[in-house]
Amino acid sequence: MSHKVKDATIPHIPTGARISRWIGRNLIRIYAVFAFTYLFIPVAYTFAFSFNDSGKSNLIWKGFTFGNWQNPCGAPEVCTALVNSIKIGFLATFFSTILGTMIAFAIGRYSFKGRSTSNLMIFLPMATPEIVLGASLLSLFLVFKINPGFWPTVIAHVVFCVSFVVVTVKARIASLDPRLEQAAMDLYANERETFRRVTLPLVAPGIAAAALLAFSLSFDDYIITNFNSGTLKTFPEFVYASAARGIPAQANVIGSAMFFLALAIVITGQIVGRKRKVSA
Amino acid sequence: MRKISTPYLLLLPGVAFLFTFFILPIINLAQTSTQTPVGGGDTGQFEQTLRFSNYLDAFLENREQFGRSFVYATIATLLALAIAYPLAYAIALKGGKLKNFMLILVIAPFFTSFLLRTVAWKQILGEEGFVVPTLRTVGIISDSTTLTSTSFAVVMGMTYNFLPFMTLPLYASIDRIDPRTLEASGDLYANGFTTFRRVTLPLSMPGVVAGTLLTFIPAAGDYVNAAILGSPNTKMIGNVIESRYLKIVDYPTAAALSFTLMIVILILVTVYVRKAGTEELV
Repeated sequence: MSHKVKDATIPHIPTGARISRWIGRNLIRIYAVFAFTYLFIPVAYTFAFSFNDSGKSNLIWKGFTFGNWQNPCGAPEVCTALVNSIKIGFLATFFSTILGTMIAFAIGRYSFKGRSTSNLMIFLPMATPEIVLGASLLSLFLVFKINPGFWPTVIAHVVFCVSFVVVTVKARIASLDPRLEQAAMDLYANERETFRRVTLPLVAPGIAAAALLAFSLSFDDYIITNFNSGTLKTFPEFVYASAARGIPAQANVIGSAMFFLALAIVITGQIVGRKRKVSA
Repeated sequence: MRKISTPYLLLLPGVAFLFTFFILPIINLAQTSTQTPVGGGDTGQFEQTLRFSNYLDAFLENREQFGRSFVYATIATLLALAIAYPLAYAIALKGGKLKNFMLILVIAPFFTSFLLRTVAWKQILGEEGFVVPTLRTVGIISDSTTLTSTSFAVVMGMTYNFLPFMTLPLYASIDRIDPRTLEASGDLYANGFTTFRRVTLPLSMPGVVAGTLLTFIPAAGDYVNAAILGSPNTKMIGNVIESRYLKIVDYPTAAALSFTLMIVILILVTVYVRKAGTEELV
């Protein structure tokens, strides 16, 4: 409103000045557009080259084809690696979400002796470089004569996912309004009912976000996996190993498909969350 | 009444797990670091001789890579901070209805495997990509200059890959700022810059601290960017640890290097957090 009045009182501003004023006002928004472009350049590149009629080496653009999307398992090993990554991702997510959520409730809801030590123990894995986590776990497995492979990789992934689950769920617990639980108690719900009917549903979005985070961390991990997977190959390991001679376009298909799938999940989550808020 | 034992029961499985698969391995790593090869034994056989000079040898032999890791990680962290701060500011204070959508955009690149994105950068900046020929035609770089296999490419790759880790905590702390404090600053005749320097920036310090840590720590131990985007001249300490462990099978040196890296990072983090004056981390 006030802008309109101002504009009316100053009748003729030269176009150049008007443009520079607009830029001045929107500088930060223009910057954001550039920053997002930067973030998405390699994503767009990966997506574009998933349509490359490339043959073996996907380095130079040779022509457009849907062939890679119709046959995503066309390149050797790529789907075995993908299946390994998905299996490991689900198991790591399952275990780290359970362990992490329990810890988050303990630390977020109770004060007890040893609370700060537990906090430190959660923080330390995040402050340790991945290479140290991976290397130290491998040496432990070697001491106990456990061969690197599927389960050692799952265990390694749970180690670094747990802390992120704790932090995410704890933040959600901390943001809860304690009056909601008090209200449930006032309405004669016992502790268990309050937890099941009030606390848990309220914390659930945090747990879901933590699980999604854990899965993407696990699915994307290379360094720790490389130390503990032995001869097993995950999808990131497949990409790393093929990077030297050019990765097959099928890897781009899988990367792009994962991108759209995850985006769809996150956006659906947002919409469901908003509807709930509106109906509540 | 709540039972006293409840929090301990909740903690037990997770803490037992972390003790077994995080604390024990670190202790084991420390033990390995002072071992020496068994005389006349096979490769990969070591015995405990408490040889602490392993640390000195390992450090002296690889001080160049150590130095490089910390220099690269520091530059990448500062660049990421410079790029992410205005972005986080834009999302938190100018995002309006698009706030949640923009946040999704920040994490969305994550969903394409980071290795695919790093390989994509390698190809974009490589000889067959479009950037190098363009820059050569315009005359910004000479015909013999390349962008990949340089420290520039490695630092750029790290900056790119860790950018969301910087942006999200910055956003969280800027978003928490009460807009009335900014209005109050304006009412007291502070101009935009003064408001930023005296109000916004100090209030967003927890985000700056968390973001720089979440970027610096993985960057210092990283070797993927150096391996894909760099050359033998850009090797970082991570590359050395990886090859000592998995290729040369020299566990004691690898363990000594890992332990040194961890201790140096922990010391830097402690000093930094003290200086920055935020204890609230987790």
